[in-house]
Amino acid sequence: MRIERRLEQPRWLSFVVPAVAIALATLLGGLVLLVTGHAPVKSFRRLFEAAFTAKGALSATVVSATPLAFTGLCAAVAFRMNLFNIGGEGQLYGGAITGATAGLLLAHSPSPVAIGAMVLAGAAGGALVAAIPGFLRAFLATNEIITSLMLNYVVGLILTYLIFDTHSYLRETKGFEAQVFPQGKTLPASATWPSWTVHGLALPLGFLVAAGLAFAVWGLYARTRFGFEVQVIGDSSRAARYAGMRTRRKILAVMCLSGALAGIGGASQDGDFRHQLDPRGLTAAGYGYAGIVIAALGRYNPFAVVVLAFGLGGLQNAGYTLQSADFPAGLVGVMEGLILFCALGGEIFVRYRVRFERRAPKAPTAALEPEPSP
Amino acid sequence: MTLRGITKRFPGVVANDHVEFEAEVGEVHALLGENGAGKTTLSNILTGLYRPDEGEILLYGEPLELHAPRDALDAGIAMVHQHFRLVEPFTVAENVLLADHRDATRSFLVRPRDVERRVTELSRRYGLAVDPRARIWQLSLGEQQRVEILKALYQDAKVLILDEPTAVLTPQEADALFETIRAMAADGRTVIFISHKLHEVKAVADRVTVLRGGKSVGTVDAADATPRSLARLMVGREVEIARPVGEQREPAQVVLEVVGVSADGDRGTAALHDVTLSVRAGEIVAVAGVAGNGQRELAEAIAGVRPIRSGDVRVAGRALGGGDPREAIRAGIAYVPEDRLGVGLAPTLSIASNVVLKSYRRAPASRGPLLLLSRIRDHAAGLMRRYDVRAPGPDVPARLLSGGNLQKVVLAREFSSEPRIVVAASPTRGLDISAIETVHAYLRKAASEGVGVLLISEDLDEILALADRIVVMYEGRVEGERDAEGADVEELGLLMAGGEEAR
Repeated sequence: MRIERRLEQPRWLSFVVPAVAIALATLLGGLVLLVTGHAPVKSFRRLFEAAFTAKGALSATVVSATPLAFTGLCAAVAFRMNLFNIGGEGQLYGGAITGATAGLLLAHSPSPVAIGAMVLAGAAGGALVAAIPGFLRAFLATNEIITSLMLNYVVGLILTYLIFDTHSYLRETKGFEAQVFPQGKTLPASATWPSWTVHGLALPLGFLVAAGLAFAVWGLYARTRFGFEVQVIGDSSRAARYAGMRTRRKILAVMCLSGALAGIGGASQDGDFRHQLDPRGLTAAGYGYAGIVIAALGRYNPFAVVVLAFGLGGLQNAGYTLQSADFPAGLVGVMEGLILFCALGGEIFVRYRVRFERRAPKAPTAALEPEPSP
Repeated sequence: MTLRGITKRFPGVVANDHVEFEAEVGEVHALLGENGAGKTTLSNILTGLYRPDEGEILLYGEPLELHAPRDALDAGIAMVHQHFRLVEPFTVAENVLLADHRDATRSFLVRPRDVERRVTELSRRYGLAVDPRARIWQLSLGEQQRVEILKALYQDAKVLILDEPTAVLTPQEADALFETIRAMAADGRTVIFISHKLHEVKAVADRVTVLRGGKSVGTVDAADATPRSLARLMVGREVEIARPVGEQREPAQVVLEVVGVSADGDRGTAALHDVTLSVRAGEIVAVAGVAGNGQRELAEAIAGVRPIRSGDVRVAGRALGGGDPREAIRAGIAYVPEDRLGVGLAPTLSIASNVVLKSYRRAPASRGPLLLLSRIRDHAAGLMRRYDVRAPGPDVPARLLSGGNLQKVVLAREFSSEPRIVVAASPTRGLDISAIETVHAYLRKAASEGVGVLLISEDLDEILALADRIVVMYEGRVEGERDAEGADVEELGLLMAGGEEAR
């Protein structure tokens, strides 16, 4: 048996491999259930119902999917250029902080103004956080994976500090409850993002913004000079330099764009769902890391990111609703892990193919015969 | 060690064609040849990396079958590669130990003291000054090379192959290396010294075997040989060059001037020293030289890809800032890089994208920030027809094209940009004959249209067939300049191998 590199990657593979990966993950998950004494089919059916088909399930799934779509786009945008921004988590926090600040400051403005300002402030906050590793990478050639990852903890601590350890503008200081347990100031009504109900499905503004941004990102990358440069730099930075592209600026710009997307996700958390700056909830959710998984599974395609955010959101949502004694609580986590494992394992088959052949008479020497150099 | 009738074929080329070679115990034997003469293939055969298609290797009169590099090491054949194989964070002693494959000295426990002592002993005996406890990344390139030699000595290699060992050394370091080589030979080891520099071969070798076009053309005693006779063997012909009869052109305007340019190479050492040359409109100036003597760096410095330390690149009298490819492109410098796929072309992007790699910023490829995709495709399809690029369509990724077609895409892009200057670095390397002719035709056509062409090539035939003037580079300097008409091949060969130094 030999594993060799594929010269061409047939198009069908990029659909078949993820599908097989999900099927395999389901199968393995079923096996886990069987071994632990649960009924696999019944458990999966309950999972599916809770995620998508039960009353109100779809609306709840959209709520879970919205932040994942933002962080997924954040990762996809950067990964396209071989820029591994692992800092979606911290950039989302940054956007949540600036977004909440804007919402509180503009308490007496008309709602569209306040909401618009929150989106912009969120984008700016996320971009600002991402600009740090971006700048370091572009001008000092540091590894952006490490700097962006470490910054997640820094921003996470700033977030906690603002509510728990100081009497900041963002912290609620009045009222009995706030005295006992620190919490963020409730955002004014003008800073509450609207949502629309279509056939019983509640669509929050944030989800629509994410879908719109996915479209915009696609257009940016496929149709503009900016996107063309990103493609060339991602493919061969030496060719980009040869063609006179300003690669450093582009690195900084793409990092900021990536951070801005996660930052709007943070603002959407404030405006759509939490209505205050909520350090506990945000740091516990791990949206940024889930976004990386989604971007990888979606092969950095912005539309695939939105669809997958919906799928993973469903799984998470089902996890919350089914938390009870009679349901295997770990199943959701196990399934998430298995899907990721199978999908990444499947990548090997996209890039390489396995060939079975009878053993050659002199296998070792044949294997050592190198490629002729031209 | 004796090689008899060694033949190695690769698809389309015979890299070694019945090579005869013989080195005695205690001899320093030089392998001399131009790039592509088959030196590397031969050393790969000796170290067990390739298996010869025909012929046999004898060691101390016994036939030797090398199935794998391991077999060569076991037989006592060690090679010091041009690019070192060292583990940077490890110490000298650790690297030496790592390379030792002999079963006898293998043990589960590592005794660093013993290794260090032995390394110190060896380095004293052969004049290889290096601290066994130093870590590789702390060492200069010359010291790293000594570690490579120590690795071979530690495992008691009987035959040492040194592949262009002086390429990374200063002249003083090279002299020290020659003494080490003599000392090793005096101890009964056989040293095979691969080089294309005539004065080195004269300085260190007992005998010289010259390879040309994959064949061994002769073995001579180094003492009897002169640089001139070696150059003739190496370049290898009484040359009669067919070139278009030089119609007398009146001196045209100088379009490109390189004035006193110095620049650093990839390793941070100086690669260009005070290079000055000029190209007139409609003229083809060739830069001749053995690979690695600064030609690539020169091309990159002109194209703005490589920063310039001092000096000026001037286009039509106006100095460029240097180190800015976009400025060079705007000034009308087209650059055909040596590395087509990866520098000249983005491999996974389509032909259409690659065709507008430099012109995507302007109309007609884009309007404002938007790319006009259908216009780009049409433009690419048109160029593919005009330059005869054989591919299913403009959407095919560049990496799926053959070498010749890749080069046509690069040429199509560069020539269609209406340049004033074309810098072409090894534009025909690796191409088949018909593709080479196409490339030559395009270069000639460009010159006849008044473009100044700077052709960088290692192939003297190519240079003599195309160039009006020839500039020879050696170790980052301009060694000499000749009119192509009436140029003496032997003299050029001598200049390429170090000129005055070699005489």
